[in-house]
Amino acid sequence: MNKENIAVEMRGITKRFPGIVANDSISFKVKHGEIHALLGENGAGKSTLMNVLFGLYQPEEGEILINGNKVEITNPNMANELGIGMVHQHFMLVEPFTVAQNIILGIEPKNGLIINQSKAIKKINEISEQYGLDVDPYAKVKDISVGMQQRVEILKTLYRGADILIFDEPSAVLTPQEIVELMKIFRNLVKEGKTIILITHKLKEIMEVADNVTIIRRGKVVDSVSVESTNPDELAAKMVGRKVSFSVDKKPAQIKDKILSVDKINAKNNRGLPALNELSLQVHAGEILGIAGVDGNGQSELIEVLTGLRKVTSGEITLHGSSLQTLNPRQISEEKVGHIPEDRHKRGLVLDFSVSENMVLKNYYHPQFNKNGFLKFDEIDKYSIDLIEQFDVRTPSHKTPARALSGGNQQKAIIAREVDSDPDLLIAGQPTRGLDVGAIEFIHKKLIEQRDKGKAVLLISLELDELLNVSDRIAVIYEGSIVGIVNPKETNEQELGLMMSGGKINQRGKEQ
Amino acid sequence: MKTLSRWLLRESVIIPLISVFAGLIIGAIIMMFGGYNPFEAYQALFNKAFGNIYGIGETIRTITPLIFTGLAVAFAFRTGLFNIGAEGQFIMGSLAAAYVGIMLDLPAIIHMPLAVIVGGIVGGLWGGIAGFLKASRGVHEVITTIMLNWIALYLSNYLIRTHLLEKGQQKSETLAQSSWLSFSFLTDLFNNARIHFGFLIAILCAIVFYVILQKMKQGYELRSVGLNPHAAEYAGINVKSNIIKAMVISGMFAGLGGAVEVLGVTHNVTILPAFQGYGFDGIAVALLGGNAAFGSVVGAFLLGTLTFGATGMKLGAGVPFEIINIVIALVIYFVASRLIFKRLMNALNVNKQEEQ
Repeated sequence: MNKENIAVEMRGITKRFPGIVANDSISFKVKHGEIHALLGENGAGKSTLMNVLFGLYQPEEGEILINGNKVEITNPNMANELGIGMVHQHFMLVEPFTVAQNIILGIEPKNGLIINQSKAIKKINEISEQYGLDVDPYAKVKDISVGMQQRVEILKTLYRGADILIFDEPSAVLTPQEIVELMKIFRNLVKEGKTIILITHKLKEIMEVADNVTIIRRGKVVDSVSVESTNPDELAAKMVGRKVSFSVDKKPAQIKDKILSVDKINAKNNRGLPALNELSLQVHAGEILGIAGVDGNGQSELIEVLTGLRKVTSGEITLHGSSLQTLNPRQISEEKVGHIPEDRHKRGLVLDFSVSENMVLKNYYHPQFNKNGFLKFDEIDKYSIDLIEQFDVRTPSHKTPARALSGGNQQKAIIAREVDSDPDLLIAGQPTRGLDVGAIEFIHKKLIEQRDKGKAVLLISLELDELLNVSDRIAVIYEGSIVGIVNPKETNEQELGLMMSGGKINQRGKEQ
Repeated sequence: MKTLSRWLLRESVIIPLISVFAGLIIGAIIMMFGGYNPFEAYQALFNKAFGNIYGIGETIRTITPLIFTGLAVAFAFRTGLFNIGAEGQFIMGSLAAAYVGIMLDLPAIIHMPLAVIVGGIVGGLWGGIAGFLKASRGVHEVITTIMLNWIALYLSNYLIRTHLLEKGQQKSETLAQSSWLSFSFLTDLFNNARIHFGFLIAILCAIVFYVILQKMKQGYELRSVGLNPHAAEYAGINVKSNIIKAMVISGMFAGLGGAVEVLGVTHNVTILPAFQGYGFDGIAVALLGGNAAFGSVVGAFLLGTLTFGATGMKLGAGVPFEIINIVIALVIYFVASRLIFKRLMNALNVNKQEEQ
């Protein structure tokens, strides 16, 4: 390989954190003008490696070469100067500012003391056009979609003259349509001579856009291959370290009694607007009922209503035949309803609590852990260590703050807690969001285990693949109502997609 | 020994230590610019604070209220609340204790504990008002506690003037001796220093602080509400009632501080033209102590020693009292900018590893 062809080379990078080696002598090369994917499970060390490249972390060992020159990157400004830009998973934008203000933040073009907005906007429009980003510089960031915000982040790096762009899990927050758009943008960027490093665990995306892929497992490089010469099964096996099945093995459902019955409920969202509209559904023991829908059609409100976090304005919810809507979250949890929250950082965990403390979040007050108002920390630790083992939560210790765990392991901890309480009804809100195939497989297995034990599972997800694979019935939610229930074996993504966008509403209306 | 050295090397311990050291050094430089001898000054400070038994007694007397207000601020902070109102809760605690001390005539064995407890309860209720307003109406506790400070100041002044005033004075009558926390055998022991048993109550409060927060179910709930109210709500914890409880407990610490100061030191309450600053010093103490129970005791020790010892600098070395305020301010700045030290320590660690 010609040396000048290499845009980025990392040699023997080692980065340690207390109790863990995040990067263990990692070496890899990225050619000019390619899309190079970094594939690995959550916690494998991809993000750490990129934070090293971007100057956020200093490695203990190893060296970095940019365009063949050895460099030492001690902070992100230096990375910028070297032409490296990073689009983080969580955007770094000032919401009340306009797109243009966000882009020029820190490097404002000035006339004396006054910011030269028009010059900035002209340049932004030029770049936007060149790469097909289609961004309105005058729009306020808080008013634009997540996909658009991501494009603002991309523009920000390009505006700063980046030639090498790092994307950290860029599709995690996007809708399927936005992902298609993003892939288009990737191709445009490469066409214009940019180099892209794509951190992801989504095999589909890698197969679609990447040229080469480096697989990392537990801090080490497993392999570096060209995408043409590989296939998703092989990549998944390398990433996880064993064979992974994409289709979910499950026996036919043994549907029994009705567990949860929701009858014509209405509820408002946080802004006081109607979110649930005469919604009705039933979940039975021994089945997984999937809820499909475009994000924001009342899924979050439905979960909150069922778990006591939001009140219904009218309608009836019954569990085992007794009314649920007057109970508070703790009473509902005592009625054997488990809840895997949609947002694990917001609701699922107290991030600054230890893993141990998080494991008992729902049952710390039970006599098992609590005596005369004092917590039995020995018991709590024992219980947690047991759960950590059973559910394969990878953490340096049960005393480690939950914040320090990778997303997949945080989710495993939540699932351990909720499944161990042996709920009759398990409500799972997007349980696999942002997780890698290994963790997804694990979680699907746990959900099906619950079902096979004769429990009811309500699965709310934005991933159609997941719903089609795991559910026994799929209810489609649109504008706060269930617009249809289908059998996953007799439907497909197209039909679901149509129903999710309200396409069947009229038809159904006529039928009734 | 090994555990001790490891404990001393912990970030939460080492950063305040370095900060104090850095503050003293820069203070010394400032003194040198002013033409004073910093060694003499610090020696005078040390001698004043610890040079004789009287000094030690008075130093402990200075530290005591700071422990209380430090604990109050730290406790609220650990539960996600910023209690700026320790000042007002302190005032209300003193006032309540003074009422009990002046108005009631009881045997000492009942009178003194009753005065202490009533002071704590009233301080707690005063803090609870801010907690209630936050829980029920969503009013931010910083705003309410600041306003409640002023209400406490003028309410206290009004009540002293109308109910407790000693004729022709700007202060109340003296409290009945049966309510005092100071005893002649103790003051004699310390050569007439105004040391009193409130210090032990302060240490006891630090232990209670630790036990509630780290050992009890209630503390688990309070901490989870403080760290992530959404997750607490999800877990079925009543967020609103825990906000109120947190402010009541926090206010109770400050109120006890006020009660103890009246019962142990002044034995009367005066009409205050302005805040005494105990509550605000409590913020500094909590910051120095990293919002921990034991840390607050250490923080109070530090701040109390510096303020009391400073009076000695003037006499011993001719250094103006204000210099010590600069030193204290510097120490607090250094603690607050702990990130600088963290970077420095990381850099040192990296170097060490490279050497190996």
